[in-house]
This record gives sequence, C-alpha cells and structure tokens, in this order.
Amino acid sequence: MLGEMAAGPDDARLDLAFARLPRLVGRAPLTLAPADEAAAEAARPGWRPAGWPVDAAARILLLLHLPRAGFADRFRRLRRVADTAELVALFRGLPLYPDPERLEDEAGEGLRSNMRPVFEAVAHHSPYPREVFGEHRWNHMVLKALFVDSPLAPIQGLDERANPELAMMLRDYARERRAAGRPISPELWRCLIPFAQAVGAEADVALADLERIP
Amino acid sequence: MMFIDPHAHMISRTTDDYEAMAAAGIVAVIEPAFWVGQPRTHVASYADYLSAILGFERFRAGQFGLRHYCTIGLNSKEANDEALAEAVMEILPRFAIKEGVVAIGEIGYDEQTALEDRYFRRQLELARELDLPVMIHTPHRDKKRGTTRSMDVCEEHGLDPSRVVVDHNNEETVAEVLQRGYWAAFSIYPSTKMGDARMVEILKRYGAERVIVNSACDWGISDPLSVPKTAKLALAQGVAAEDVRRACYANALAAFAPSGQIAESDWLSGPAIDQRTLYEGNSILRGGRDARVTAAE
Ligand SMILES: [Zn+2]
Repeated sequence: MLGEMAAGPDDARLDLAFARLPRLVGRAPLTLAPADEAAAEAARPGWRPAGWPVDAAARILLLLHLPRAGFADRFRRLRRVADTAELVALFRGLPLYPDPERLEDEAGEGLRSNMRPVFEAVAHHSPYPREVFGEHRWNHMVLKALFVDSPLAPIQGLDERANPELAMMLRDYARERRAAGRPISPELWRCLIPFAQAVGAEADVALADLERIP
Repeated sequence: MMFIDPHAHMISRTTDDYEAMAAAGIVAVIEPAFWVGQPRTHVASYADYLSAILGFERFRAGQFGLRHYCTIGLNSKEANDEALAEAVMEILPRFAIKEGVVAIGEIGYDEQTALEDRYFRRQLELARELDLPVMIHTPHRDKKRGTTRSMDVCEEHGLDPSRVVVDHNNEETVAEVLQRGYWAAFSIYPSTKMGDARMVEILKRYGAERVIVNSACDWGISDPLSVPKTAKLALAQGVAAEDVRRACYANALAAFAPSGQIAESDWLSGPAIDQRTLYEGNSILRGGRDARVTAAE
C-alpha cells in the first residue's frame, strides 16, 4: 500500500487507503520505548508522538509516502472530507510533511474548529506552530486555547513567541473576564507578564496576584 | 408579555423548543445565517442552508405560532475559505432580497484576518445597495478591539449606526457601542459569556435605550428561553416594565423594521397556527399526534 502511494495514487485510492487504516492497524495507543521518544525529539524538537492512536501514526506514515509535488492539494482535499479521527491525524502530522509553509492555511482551518481534539492536534506538542505561524495566527491560537479551556503548557515555543500584541489581547481578555466575574486561567499571565509594563497591565498582574490571597 | 428573540439558530433546535418558546410568549424569532459547527466546503451546501432557513425552518416555526425572519450573510469563519467565500458572495444577493429577510448578517470578524475584513466590507456594501439593516457578529476573542474595528469599518462604508445592530456585547463593549449610536445586542448564555443576572445589571446601569436581548441559541449550550427568563428576572429586580418591553421586544422590532420585512401586525393579525399545512409534502407531525389549529383572535 505504501509503495502505491509514492506513485501518486488517484483521489479515490488515496481516500480509501486513508480511511481504511484503523481496520488494518487498530486503534491502540502508540507505545514508544525511551529510545524512540529520544529519536522523535532529535528528529523534531518538541514533537511528541507517544500516546497517539496507532491508526493516526499509520495515516501520517501513509501521507509521508505521497510525492512531494501536489502534497498540499492532496492534504486539503483529504481534510475537507475527513472525520474527526482523520482530522486529528492530518493535523498531528504537520511537523513532518514536505513544504510545511504551504500548509499554514490548512493548519488555520484546524485551529478554527470547535472540536477541541482537532484544535489541539495543531496546537499541542508540535513544533509546527512555533516554526511556521505568523504572529497574527499565533496570537489567535493562544487566545483560542484559553477560550476552549485548552491548556497552554503543551504549546511549543510559548515563551519564545510571546509578543506585545498578544500581551495586549490577553490584557483585554483578562479585564473582560474580571468584569464578567468569571475565572481567569493562571496560564494567561505567562505570556502577559514579560510585556506587562509595555502594555500597561501592571495593575492587572498585581490584582491577579492579590486574588490568590484568601 | 410579548417577546421577540432576534437571534436564534432554530435550525439546530427541536420542536420542544418551539413549543416552549411560544408558551413563554415569544411571538417572533430572527434566524441569522451563520456557520453550522464545521466548515461547508461547497457553495451548494451554503445555498441549501440558506434555502433551509428561509423555507422549511420558517414553516416549522409557523406550525408553533411563531413568526420567523432571517438575516442573510457570509459568516466570518467561512470567509477565510476564499474560493467558497467568492462563490457565496455571488449567490447572496438573490437570497438577501427574499421576503422576510430583515438584515445582512451576521457578519463581521472572528480572528480579524484580511479575508474576513474583505468580505465584511463587501457585505456592508451589499447592505447599502439593498437598503437593508446590518447585524454584526462581534468576535468572541479580542472582542473589545474587534468591536471597535467593526464600527469603524461600518462608518468608513457610510452606514448609519441606527441601521446597525452590534451583537454579542458585554460589559467591556457596551458603553462605546451605545455612545456611537448603534443598537447594542446581548446574547444571553446560561452560565457562560452573558448570564441573565449580568444582563439585568447592564439594564440597570445603561437603561434600555437601543439595548436588545437575544438567546443566540444554537447547537451549543444555550437556552431558547433566555429572552423571557431575562425579562422575568429584570422585572423581579425592579427594572421598569417599559424598559423590559423595549429590551426584550420593541427595540428588536424597531431595529429591523427599516427592512420593510417585519411588522407587529405580522403576529397581531397574522394567520392562525395551522400544523396541518404541509411543506413540500412533509409535515412535522409524526407518530399520530393530532394537529393543533388555533384561531387568530
Ligand atoms: Zn449567531
């Protein structure tokens, strides 16, 4: 099957092969030996395939056998007809595909999803956003993570990609939550504090500190 | 008390909801065109969606005695698919001029991208061309700046604020929206975003002039009875009955009436509920329930 992929399969063959993989390999979580995890980290720092369902790994492996020419078009076509598990697999493979910058809009579609596993397939444990996303998309990814109660910690490059524009967005968001009497995720401050002075948010940070006092 | 829910995605709701809404005093709903939880990938499915909210959904509402209106537009999320967005822009005018379409909407920003901006502006121009009011969906994220920007862009395109409903406001946006002369709508969500208790506080603080309450009920956690529940709480907390009537009924009517497609007489002297009517051969009565026919008073 993998050999057939390299020749550039027609759409129907690819769709069938891609959809059928869970039947062939099952859905058990991928177990990796420490040496495998180290190899993954060496290949793509920040990339964590451990615990993926094995069918997702197999789907990505299948895609990696496709010819480089036309890869982005095939990806897009598969994404548009994908079910949730297929979407998760497609997006988890982002750090491994050829010409990664050509898939940025596709990754944007993943972030736009209201299904949290799809969003996290793009955002979490992947060097792709850190390496490829422009500032605008990066900032909206971080803000959306807070909105859908998705943790920020698994986002790679959180500190290195922090920026004043994001800090301003987070400052406004924190004020909005406070005005509404709603809780504010403590993770928010990590991206705001380095620029607190620059965006006039020192009082917001101080207030958040005081709120921890019972 | 009569209520209007001027933002309700009834296509995602059940007949039980319609029954409860009618029983609570809701006489009319406005269904804004929006996305359906995941992106459409063909213009044809978008066209079918618009036909569904203008056709079968209006019929369904009518079977429970509710008058149903729509706003037509390309939502901000799907504006990011350029090929789809171009094709949808082609078909929008013919849907937007249909009967019972009270505005272009809900349009505006989601992530505030360049494509969102392009199609927002083109739809503002369409609203001017067709002389329709506009319903603006303000972004949930980066809301304050997104709301300000939405109004700036409306003004750049020469829209009169009195013809624009700015939706999904909160405590941080309301002052500017009212001060600039726009209608300020609030979507009441149980437990998240805007709860009814927060809404009552806003009514007490800002009054009811140009303030509109809606449920924005859809396929997410939301309550199709948000408008009457908010009214009840507001009355219980001493908000004047006239202010409640304005925020939960009269302002929505006044905001969308310039379309020429919605009038109080629609429900005051409209036809009776007739559940026996068939729509393209389908009745929503199933399992041998008796048809309910209510005479108009
Ligand atoms: Zn809506």
